[in-house]
Amino acid sequence: METLPMTRTATSHATPARYRNHFLKEVETHVEDGEWVKMCMQCGVCAGSCPLGPKWEHTPQKIFMMIRAGKREEVLKSDAMWMCTSCYNCMARCPRKLPITHIMHGIARHAHNLGFTPKAQPTRHFSVLFWKNCIKNGRLNELKLTIGLYFRDGLFAGIKQGWDMRNVALGLVLAKRLNPFELFGGHGCKDHKGIAAMLKKAREIEGQRKGVVH
Amino acid sequence: MADNKFAAYLCAGCGLGDTLNFNEIEKIAKKEGKMPLVKRHDFLCSAAGVQLIRDDIETEGVTHVMIAACSRRAKTEAFDFPGIAVTRANLREGVIWIVATGPAHDEVRQEMANDYVRMGCAELKKMKVPGGVANSGSNKRILVVGGGVSGLTAAIEAAETGYQVLLVEKAPQLGGWAARLWKRVPYREPYAQPQDTGMNELIGRVVAHPLISVHLNSTLAETAGAPGRFAVKIAQDGGAVVQEMVGAIVQTSGFTTYDVARLPELGGGLPGVVDQAGLEALAMAAQGKEFKRADGHAVQSVVFVQCAGQRDTTGIHLPYCSGHCCATSVKQAMYFKDANPDIDTVLLYTDLRLPGMGEDFYRSAQEKGVTFTKGKVSGVKADNGGCTVSFRDLILDENTTVNADLVVLATGQVPNSGVNIELPEEQQSEVKPISILNLTYRQGKDLPQLTAGLTDSHFICFPYETRRTGIYAAGPVRRPMDMQQAVEDATGAALKAIQTVENAALGRAAHPRSGDLSYPIVRLEGCTQCKRCTVECPFGAIDEDERRFPVFNEARCRRCGTCMGACPVRVISFENYSVDTVGSQIKSIDMPDEFSERPRILLLACENDAYPALDMAGLSRTVYSAFVRAIPVRCLGSVNAIWITDALNGGWDGVMMMGCKRGDDYQCHFVKGSELAYYRMSKIDDTLKGMGLETERVASYEVAITDNQKVAALINEYAAKIKEIGMSPMKGFN
Repeated sequence: METLPMTRTATSHATPARYRNHFLKEVETHVEDGEWVKMCMQCGVCAGSCPLGPKWEHTPQKIFMMIRAGKREEVLKSDAMWMCTSCYNCMARCPRKLPITHIMHGIARHAHNLGFTPKAQPTRHFSVLFWKNCIKNGRLNELKLTIGLYFRDGLFAGIKQGWDMRNVALGLVLAKRLNPFELFGGHGCKDHKGIAAMLKKAREIEGQRKGVVH
Repeated sequence: MADNKFAAYLCAGCGLGDTLNFNEIEKIAKKEGKMPLVKRHDFLCSAAGVQLIRDDIETEGVTHVMIAACSRRAKTEAFDFPGIAVTRANLREGVIWIVATGPAHDEVRQEMANDYVRMGCAELKKMKVPGGVANSGSNKRILVVGGGVSGLTAAIEAAETGYQVLLVEKAPQLGGWAARLWKRVPYREPYAQPQDTGMNELIGRVVAHPLISVHLNSTLAETAGAPGRFAVKIAQDGGAVVQEMVGAIVQTSGFTTYDVARLPELGGGLPGVVDQAGLEALAMAAQGKEFKRADGHAVQSVVFVQCAGQRDTTGIHLPYCSGHCCATSVKQAMYFKDANPDIDTVLLYTDLRLPGMGEDFYRSAQEKGVTFTKGKVSGVKADNGGCTVSFRDLILDENTTVNADLVVLATGQVPNSGVNIELPEEQQSEVKPISILNLTYRQGKDLPQLTAGLTDSHFICFPYETRRTGIYAAGPVRRPMDMQQAVEDATGAALKAIQTVENAALGRAAHPRSGDLSYPIVRLEGCTQCKRCTVECPFGAIDEDERRFPVFNEARCRRCGTCMGACPVRVISFENYSVDTVGSQIKSIDMPDEFSERPRILLLACENDAYPALDMAGLSRTVYSAFVRAIPVRCLGSVNAIWITDALNGGWDGVMMMGCKRGDDYQCHFVKGSELAYYRMSKIDDTLKGMGLETERVASYEVAITDNQKVAALINEYAAKIKEIGMSPMKGFN
């Protein structure tokens, strides 16, 4: 198994040959559904279908072309895959039946694993927060997740946001949709150990399939 | 023919009897049409109706039949009487279906029907029964010029149909380009893998076939004659000349690859740059194993450059797309991936053109890992033993480069068309092209060429047809194409050649009036040797003798009548189609006077497109002006200016001419007919002014067979125009 450059700094000085297959092969082995990238026929239907298309640095069409052109760093640093809202428009319309949404998510995960994505990238931040929150007790603690997001930009900003949202929170409490005591521990799940074992196994399988252990 | 006996048959079926006054029509046929025998039937195309006519032919000795019923394009099988002159008055599609319904229109409707009956009778009086060309040749052997995949296919297809074939090939061996391919593009599902070309087997079948004789190292020194009697001289490399007779010719002289030396900006001439043919040679050498360049350098990376020297808009290189090159490059990229999947294989294209199942082939190449990049190449330079290709990536919208050990240029096919007969001698390019056929025709040594030097083809309707009857062009000589298309082309051309030799042997016309027994007859004592017929004949059918009189090669003639339309002294005619058959119709109608407010518009309609469109207008009950009288003509090219002047002198208020689309994308069955007609009519304005008439009184239109609504609209617009400019002042003088 080849070793991948694991950090941004590790590759920033290298200028790999263009239009060689090395990065495409990396995507094929390390990105979920990455083996589909070579099948893109560059028609641009995905780019035209994406509701957020103009807001990104690169459309899926461009990302796939950049992969084939060997632009490793530009792809992994792009904000494109993080801006996907999973509306599945591109995937439904792709004439070559590429699982575009899944590939975009896979590239995001790969970029995150390699440390290419800035810590403050909002989607990345939320995803990490969500995942950690979720696996801690085996179920999501919405109150902690919300508060975690509020305090993303510091203590003062967090308090201000909380204060601004107090009426919504009160309404949720009165409607029994929010329990303030969740802040102190909160609900667990029936078989936390089982879930942990399941996740461990899933990682193992993924590692085998992609030939990489995280 | 001793005694002509004329008869008119009136059909009252299909609602004709209910709508029209047949007593009046019968009287007109007898009195004005001077038909000695007039019969009415309620269902003329029925077995009983047809038998009625047959019996009269049998017992009464009827030789000329006028049928007033439906269009001449309907019920052709029922009303087919061999050896009898037949004409039709179109009362159904031409009258009752297109005149507005109701008693308010009864009068104009009846007038229209009466006129068509008068016209039918007048035409019939001038018609003769065509007898066929007496001195046509009956040689049925087929000459195939060129032994590539097209020529071999044409030869084997003709031979297996039972015809003798003479195959002439310039090179010392058969097979052409196709035999030099390592593999070919797949023809069948799953369209995933390059296939064996099968050329050895095809060559083996041709060489072994008892009906095919092959002349290698040979060219044509001379081709003379006409379908059924071509005399060819075959010159061999050693200098020996053999004379042979053949009935038809299939020209499959193929193509030459575009010279890469003309593409220095794309690296033409560098050791790391080849064209697609060059790559096939490397693949032959590699035999599916490691690829090496001609200089021995192993190939680890390869870049294909599509559209090299093709689809050029600057006028320097080939203006067209050669069609096959995208699939060929995809196939060649697979050679590398199949030999070693680690070879970086990039294909640079602006448009990947893989029609039909080529899409599956493309997908298969992607699965093999070929990288397809939409990019426009600006240059190829030598770099460190390999090449650097500079291009604009059209997806990433940036200028970039890619390095490769080998660059393959997808250059185009240049047709081996021979001499461009339309260029004067001094304008032929510096390297004089060598004639393929060496025809002895006055029109030149080779087939005419279309745009970009491609050999003649009626590319819209009849692709293998050329303007030289009995000589068919097939394969890349007429249009760039791949092997599969060449095989189809050659098969079609072989069948066309067979059709021609069979028709020639019976003295009949070849396509598109296949089976027509009429042919142009010239009254030489009236000829002024003006050469218009010889120059304007689109098919090179007319030569000149030493006194500059026209010599008609009837077997080369397509019977379009362009010569008849051209002749200023009107000495050219067909037995059943002449200046008189149409002229007498124009003079036969009942012309209302100047104050009647019932103008008469003559419509000369091409029988191939415009007349069917008029019939279709009738079929869809599209109403058009009842003041029009339509006469079908073989081609607008056959329209003689005398018809127009006769019509205007006779008081007709306007003349409309409807023919096919002309120009580079012509749709004329006879290629140049409509073009010539428009050209001739552009000169008629002076005549009109001389007669003191408005120039609008003669108008020409381009229509297609599908324009059934348009023809009706054009007629109505023109009728309105005539109403506006007023009735002709020329009425009542004759």
